[in-house]
Amino acid sequence: MSGPDLLFYFFATLSLGGGLLMVFSRHPVSAALFMIVSLVGVASLFVLLDAFFLAILQVLVYAGAVMVLFLFIIMLLDVGPSGAKASKVKLLSGVAGLISVGLLVVLLLDLGLGSMDCSECSAENCDACGESAAFAWPEIRDETAANGNSLIFSPSVKAFGFGLLAKYMLPLQVAGFLLLAAMVGVIILSKKSTAEGEG
Amino acid sequence: MEFDSEMLQQLGLKALFALLMVSAVMTMAGYSVLAERKVSAWMQGRVGPNRTVLPFVEHIPFIGPFLKGLGIFQPLADGLKFLFKEEIVPGHVNKVYYYMAPLVALVPALTTMTVLPFGEYFDEAGNSSPLILANLEVGILFIFAVSSLGVYGIVLAGWSSNSKYPFLGGIRSSAQMISYELAMGLSLLPIFLWVSVPGSEDSALSLVGIVNSQNDGAWLLIVQPVSALIFLVALFAETNRLPFDMPESETDLVGGFHTEYGSFKFGIFFVAEYAHIVVGSAIFTTIFLGGWHFLPWIADPWPATWIGTLLGIGWFLAKTVCLIFFFIWIRWTIPRFRYDQVMNLGWTKLLPLALVNLIVYVLLVTWLDQPPSVTP
Amino acid sequence: MAKTVVLERKPLSLSERTYLPQIVTGLKTTFSNMFKEKVTLQYPEEKPQLPQNYRGVPTLVKDPNGREKCVSCQLCEFVCPPKAIRITPGSVPEDEEDREHVEKAPQEFEINMLRCIYCGYCQEVCPEEAIFLLDEYSSSGYTREEMINNKAKLYELGGTLPDKHYKWDKKKDAEEEGNAH
Ligand code: SF4
Ligand code: SF4
Repeated sequence: MSGPDLLFYFFATLSLGGGLLMVFSRHPVSAALFMIVSLVGVASLFVLLDAFFLAILQVLVYAGAVMVLFLFIIMLLDVGPSGAKASKVKLLSGVAGLISVGLLVVLLLDLGLGSMDCSECSAENCDACGESAAFAWPEIRDETAANGNSLIFSPSVKAFGFGLLAKYMLPLQVAGFLLLAAMVGVIILSKKSTAEGEG
Repeated sequence: MEFDSEMLQQLGLKALFALLMVSAVMTMAGYSVLAERKVSAWMQGRVGPNRTVLPFVEHIPFIGPFLKGLGIFQPLADGLKFLFKEEIVPGHVNKVYYYMAPLVALVPALTTMTVLPFGEYFDEAGNSSPLILANLEVGILFIFAVSSLGVYGIVLAGWSSNSKYPFLGGIRSSAQMISYELAMGLSLLPIFLWVSVPGSEDSALSLVGIVNSQNDGAWLLIVQPVSALIFLVALFAETNRLPFDMPESETDLVGGFHTEYGSFKFGIFFVAEYAHIVVGSAIFTTIFLGGWHFLPWIADPWPATWIGTLLGIGWFLAKTVCLIFFFIWIRWTIPRFRYDQVMNLGWTKLLPLALVNLIVYVLLVTWLDQPPSVTP
Repeated sequence: MAKTVVLERKPLSLSERTYLPQIVTGLKTTFSNMFKEKVTLQYPEEKPQLPQNYRGVPTLVKDPNGREKCVSCQLCEFVCPPKAIRITPGSVPEDEEDREHVEKAPQEFEINMLRCIYCGYCQEVCPEEAIFLLDEYSSSGYTREEMINNKAKLYELGGTLPDKHYKWDKKKDAEEEGNAH
């Protein structure tokens, strides 16, 4: 087995094992830590794919910020193993499990069917592949983006920029709007509680 | 891809360099502890550590007593002390995490320096290539990502100690981390805007690019003073230095997150903290103080040979050391903020300031970067 | 009566609210302090100058004739707040003829330096001026037993102090001349 393969199996085990242990560990803090392990493992897999930017964002946003917040809240509320058990709602967890299994199946099916046709796909022969024609990148006309075509399939940061602000402009805006709404909601909620606290 | 001999050679070389850098940073961390003790002593009218000396050095005339007076061998003694002290593990701790926490604190501090350029190397043709372990295109983001993992060491230590003061320290540390990381990231966005050349393929997220943009021109400290200020304040917060040393504030939390730690495990925390400061200073030097380049607007006066390489590295180290001194200087000048003041400063002062700074520079850069056809 | 003047507190100016000028001032102060003369005393080489009324380790002293002054009255043992003193009373040795007027002498005299709080009451209470807190301040040992000063040690520490009274000499003279007091 060659080196990179070995690395792949190592990190794959790391992320999968971390995920499993996260689900099965008793204590919320352990679960959160295993989740970090799993996230870092996934980031390492991204690195093996030469997608450094993605890997770093994964660590920065999820492992670095979101999980810190998680841990912060777990610690602040001091949820122990018993607390986690008590808060378990059987029906809800059942439904959640079903949904995740369904998602997994859909993902696997999509992967199994989709990747076969388009394995030859690259920037040059994109039109050759019939199925992905609908997903073809828009042509970039701007003078500053003269070399944009070579960027589209590169792992460089600019490719992400082009992707986000050209093809996925609408989803980006919607996601931004959603976040804004959530933020306004949080502000309103916290305002109310301080007013009550003082009054 | 197989592991052939060339690859192994490459790996060996990198490992050697990594080892060198780790030892350099660790030495600097050890000596910043000494510097901290010495500078604090001088600022308070004391003399600081001046007793430790190796037996044979003592007898060298002039140099021996001089080194002894400077306490040059103190870090050695400190390290040995940490090694040989009795290991005490309190009965109420969560053993696994308790042992893991110091390592989790140290590893990120040492990992960040892999993407840190510290000099440049000239080949025969006079082309320069940076001295760096891994020239990542997104180096600065890598540093952010990894250093944000460093907080887990503190949080874990606080939680696994299973006692009140460390716990409070851990909680504070995570809250502080979240608050200041945002301002730190935002303060750097104008830098990227400023440095990146429109239309070019390589991004300005590379630290080498940032350093080289300051060659022969203004330092980014002069171009973007507000960014530099925000970054510096956030750096103080992220390295848990006074006035932001919430996680370990001795006066109200005994020792904060490391209250229950002793001997070598405490030593690792200690070194990790100072390694953070060393690496943080190096990062600030790289981004805002022109890295290994000479003064602003003056081209490097050294020749493009190995002499230049060495002088460049020396210059880089000199700037870093000055910055470390600044860290220490601030510590012994300003009293600690209260926890609510820290949060207040982070969220209601620094973050809006960073946002305004970003918007101003977006407008400025857009105006400056207009294609020549529009502004002849 | 002086009229109370209420000083109006001026609102902070913008530069003051950023704290930065204040921090710079502070930095200047600390920096200039770095070059001031150091006040550290290099202890084992340089000894501190003790004030005259310094209270060091309690010791037993002898009179200028080299005779034991303590009469084992045990007042100091009684007064000592932390009960640091232990005295085993005994009689004056037969061979010391010039002390035959003294009824008692301590057979053993121990001061536990781990208990002593250097209050000086023993010196104050002693009717014979036999116990003094002298200049000795550095006492150390590896065990608890080492920190208990016995009689020999106490005399070694105390030595001989000048004495103006010669109380026992006077008493002896008086007895011999039949003129008590
Ligand atoms: S100095 Fe005070 S405490 Fe010490 S032996 Fe004398 S009376 Fe006791
Ligand atoms: S030292 Fe003084 S007070 Fe103490 S027993 Fe002797 S004579 Fe009495």
